[in-house]
Amino acid sequence: MELLAASAIGLMTAVGIYLALRMRTFPVIVGLTMISYACNVFIFAAGRIVPGLPPVLSDSAAGYSDPLPQALVLTAIVISFGMTAVLVLMGLGAFLEAGDDKVDLDETAQTQGGDAK
Amino acid sequence: MMNHWIIAPVVLPAVMGAFTVLVLRNNISLGRIFSTAATALLLLVSVLLLAGATQNGPEVYFLGNWPAPFGIVLVLDRLSALMVALTAFLGLAVQLYAIGTGWDRRGRHFHALWQFQLMGICGAFLTGDAFNLFVFFEVLLIASYGLMIHAGGRDRLKAGVQYVAYNLVGSTLFLFALATIYSVTGTLNMADLAVKLPTLPEGDFALIRVAGVMLLMVFAIKGALVPLHFWLPATYANAPGPVSALFAVMTKVGAYAVIRCYTLFFPEDLTATGMLFADLLLPAAVLTLAVGAVGVLGAKDLGRLVAFGAVTSMGTLFVAVAQFTPEATAVALFYAVHSTLAAGAMFLVADLVLERRASGSLLTALPPLSQHGLLAACFMAVSIAVAGLPPLSGFLGKLMVLDATRGDDIALIWAAVLGSSLMMVVGLSRAGSVLFWKAHEAEGQSTEHAAQPLAFVAVFALLGGLVMLTLAAGPVMSWLAETAQQLHDPAAYIAANRLEAL
Repeated sequence: MELLAASAIGLMTAVGIYLALRMRTFPVIVGLTMISYACNVFIFAAGRIVPGLPPVLSDSAAGYSDPLPQALVLTAIVISFGMTAVLVLMGLGAFLEAGDDKVDLDETAQTQGGDAK
Repeated sequence: MMNHWIIAPVVLPAVMGAFTVLVLRNNISLGRIFSTAATALLLLVSVLLLAGATQNGPEVYFLGNWPAPFGIVLVLDRLSALMVALTAFLGLAVQLYAIGTGWDRRGRHFHALWQFQLMGICGAFLTGDAFNLFVFFEVLLIASYGLMIHAGGRDRLKAGVQYVAYNLVGSTLFLFALATIYSVTGTLNMADLAVKLPTLPEGDFALIRVAGVMLLMVFAIKGALVPLHFWLPATYANAPGPVSALFAVMTKVGAYAVIRCYTLFFPEDLTATGMLFADLLLPAAVLTLAVGAVGVLGAKDLGRLVAFGAVTSMGTLFVAVAQFTPEATAVALFYAVHSTLAAGAMFLVADLVLERRASGSLLTALPPLSQHGLLAACFMAVSIAVAGLPPLSGFLGKLMVLDATRGDDIALIWAAVLGSSLMMVVGLSRAGSVLFWKAHEAEGQSTEHAAQPLAFVAVFALLGGLVMLTLAAGPVMSWLAETAQQLHDPAAYIAANRLEAL
């Protein structure tokens, strides 16, 4: 169980980093999504992986699984989801304005010209 | 009885931001009035909180009256009160600038985003819970994404995508760090961490070290510390002028978080980590100074020149932070206040120049700008402040940074601080001479531009803040010395959380 979770986190992070280093916006976004998935599983695992225990309320339970990481992971999911949506929209905006979806700033982009005033 | 004003710097902008976007979105005049009034009120509240924190010591606000460490707490101590007041002052001045230049009309929802940005920054300064710090980081980031691409444009959007992607990686790293800390200690309340970390079994030392370094990397991204500064130059150079000026306080959020976390729960006498963080931070800070100074010297346009100036100031700040002694922390706070005001003023003056000049290029001289003399004087004044020349507070700050550094690395640090100052002076002089002196020889017709008195009022307000800081440097430093003392001896901070009540 631990081995499975750990290798899943590691694999997803590796794939995410590889994709995030690509030069087009779309793979970068997919890569960042993969990293945030890995992160969510990681937070979940921070509360220890204990199968078969109830989360909060049970009279007959021998113990409980830690409910706090579940709350944290919920917050993290919401936030990373929102952030990814923002990034998708900004990437789309940049694609429509610039005509390509390269992540790099080219030389002309570095001089702040008279645009957008 | 809890002091409910502690949450006002978070609630006030949150309510105002929502009100602005829901009710005032089609009426820019009303939006301006309400938003400016809210920021002014925030300044008033923060000054009162500052006075209260000076008098009472650390105070804790238990959200929903849940006891710490189970509930989320906000903690008002001298440091957080100071940073909130600084944010409100900068926010008000820069907001007046945005109104005076009409930047807020060039896109939609400027004032709503502005309020949410202030909410995120104030919340990050006030929170006493590490996970809540992450949440407020996200609040300030998501507002900054909107402000960064305010008014749109190709270059701005492309730089914005980079900015968001970089910060998403940073946020994920933050979560990894927090989860690791939680898995080891079982708590994320900062005061509780300060109690629990020294009692860790030795088997957990490696994990907590990894978590501490990851956390440091997150704050280094925020604080634009080399080699994690790559987002800053393009972002600051392409963001709207007033937004870059407000972002001057955002890099300080990174510095604040380092000071808070690494004096409170990762102090140097913690056996698990020891000097690890100081040893990592100091070389990075020196490198930041070098990269920033070279960037200032090599910048081909005004936007990047100013952005690298901000990187250099973060380098100086982190050199002082990395000493982790009460004296050096007090100096770091003084320099943080100075560099926030100075960088804010610098971005505003640069924006005034860019608005009046056909291009931001520093390679060619262009004919005189309208209000040439006044702008030149402003540029001169902020250059003096940013480079750290007398008579403004930058000089005092750098002098005290040099004085506060002790130990084996003193030669390296002095060389880096003094050398980077020299390069800043050269770079800024070169920029000033191309922008203002060579303009008289350049061919062509100068274009008329509106006078924008309110914009200059904002610049003078920030410069006035710098003058005040210089004149009152003695009392300010003794106040900061006591603040730093509190930070390095956090017993009062921990006691205020009332952890033993359970």
